Amino acid sequence: MQNHPVYTDNDPQNELSTLNLGPTHPATHGVFQNVLQLDGERIVSGVSTIGYIHRAFEKIAEHRPFYQITPLTDRLNYCSSPINNMGWHMTVEKLLGIETPKRVDYLRVIVMELARISDHIICNGVLGVDTGAFTGFLYMMEHREAIYEIYEEVCGSRLTTNIGRIGGFERNFNAIAFSKLRKFLKDFPVTLREFESLFNRNRIFVDRTKDVAAVTAEDALNYSWSGPLLRAAGVDYDVRAMNPYSSYEDFEFEVPVGENGDVYSRFLVRNEEMWQSLRIIEQALTKLEKEPTDIFHADVPEFYLPPKEEVYNNMEALIYHFKIVMGEVPTPTTEVYHSVEGANGELGFYLVNDGGRSPYRLHFRRPSFINYQMYAPMSRGMLLSDAIINMSSLNVIAGELDA
Amino acid sequence: MGKITNEELLTKISDKFQDQFTVVGEPFGLLTLETSREQIIDILSFLKNDPILQFIFLTDITAIHYPEQEKQTGVIYHLHSLVNNVRIRLKVFLADGDVHIPTASNLWNGANWMERETYDFFGVIFDGHPDLRRILNVDDMTAFPMRKEFPLEDPNRVDKKDYFFGR
Repeated sequence: MQNHPVYTDNDPQNELSTLNLGPTHPATHGVFQNVLQLDGERIVSGVSTIGYIHRAFEKIAEHRPFYQITPLTDRLNYCSSPINNMGWHMTVEKLLGIETPKRVDYLRVIVMELARISDHIICNGVLGVDTGAFTGFLYMMEHREAIYEIYEEVCGSRLTTNIGRIGGFERNFNAIAFSKLRKFLKDFPVTLREFESLFNRNRIFVDRTKDVAAVTAEDALNYSWSGPLLRAAGVDYDVRAMNPYSSYEDFEFEVPVGENGDVYSRFLVRNEEMWQSLRIIEQALTKLEKEPTDIFHADVPEFYLPPKEEVYNNMEALIYHFKIVMGEVPTPTTEVYHSVEGANGELGFYLVNDGGRSPYRLHFRRPSFINYQMYAPMSRGMLLSDAIINMSSLNVIAGELDA
Repeated sequence: MGKITNEELLTKISDKFQDQFTVVGEPFGLLTLETSREQIIDILSFLKNDPILQFIFLTDITAIHYPEQEKQTGVIYHLHSLVNNVRIRLKVFLADGDVHIPTASNLWNGANWMERETYDFFGVIFDGHPDLRRILNVDDMTAFPMRKEFPLEDPNRVDKKDYFFGR
């Protein structure tokens, strides 16, 4: 962390001023309050206040059956809801011992990587906006729309997706989904290349971001940072590579690592991750060709809701439907920790089960919450305008911060 | 999967802390130990600083509440050794009325907010914590809402009565 000199002599102007940055400030992109002590434009100290949109998800989850917790996870990091949904499904599948078919894994990988791209699009685009370049943001936003249209084909909704079910997907990917996906894979690299050429060597952008809010690897680990922030600081920890889930071990991809953990490295790491995500999606599409096209969920009738027409016409399906909805299927009494590589870090689910229909205790390890706690200490001595950029590059999402 | 197995890990910890912990189990390959609050900081700092184990990454601190147990509140630590790619879970159970445990924020700065969250929701008091305040709930709240006796909805609510819905 940088220590810029702060004027402490008998200067008549050394009076500090207090500034409430947030909770609703257009530059913070979300509900974040920081009470800052300012010496001119320099931040002397700051205190973060969080919890403005706390919705008690962990408490609600103790009263919901497993499949009804998915919509709660949507609202954690709402820029990449599918990763949260899939992470939750995989946690429950791990608990119940459900093996998903390879095709389900690959479809999940596609959706999760799309979500990662859409999250990074927003973060890097907004970083451009905050440094004064609106164009890149608008170019990229067009492709986030394309991603949301793919979600629509897969699950019917866009932002809070509730995508997939325990055991797989609620419906198969249709032909339109695949054609939209192919179109995205064709169009997006062009824009991403353009975006990079707009920013990567842009004098103004580099001056505003390079060496700003640099974090050493030791500090990052000490604060339990994860995701692109930790990798920008030079630690190659990626859950996808270290503890592969959803058949990530079948894919070839690089884990981009930055050098000095400043805003610029974080920007570069996120850009490179988008390229790697595209690579993974391409591979997944190739792998899908070898899989049977009609499998989109595991064969677990005790936990996977049967189709509605079956429920009305088939006794067995009706029984399963009833048992799932009423929570009459026994589940193991144990505890499980499962983590996925969310768009901004390790998203963990710690689930303690007592055999009932809902968790005894569910804890979300929310990367935004854990990443954000360094914000106030690291802002000390920083210029106010740098602190704003720093907040954008942390990619803290208020929904995940407050849960 | 990891470079050291749970057995080796357990042997190393047993060598140092013979009978000061108990093994709870290995659910889904994650070694789970239970210890006392007198030992927890020693074990955590041993795990963090041991040159072979290197559990440098504090994944999470949280708590759980079992109202029917004698020691009701459990504080749960998840650590991750990035070098060996091994995780470990540690539990400390605390009796009601004496929910004190030493802070881990001297070992990891990241423990600061995790402990504040645990205090906020379970009322666990982390002794020596630099700034133990509520974090997500309002400051003047008196209850600890993740404890099991706290109802999900306010029982005194009048806007959700059945007769409003024709039931």
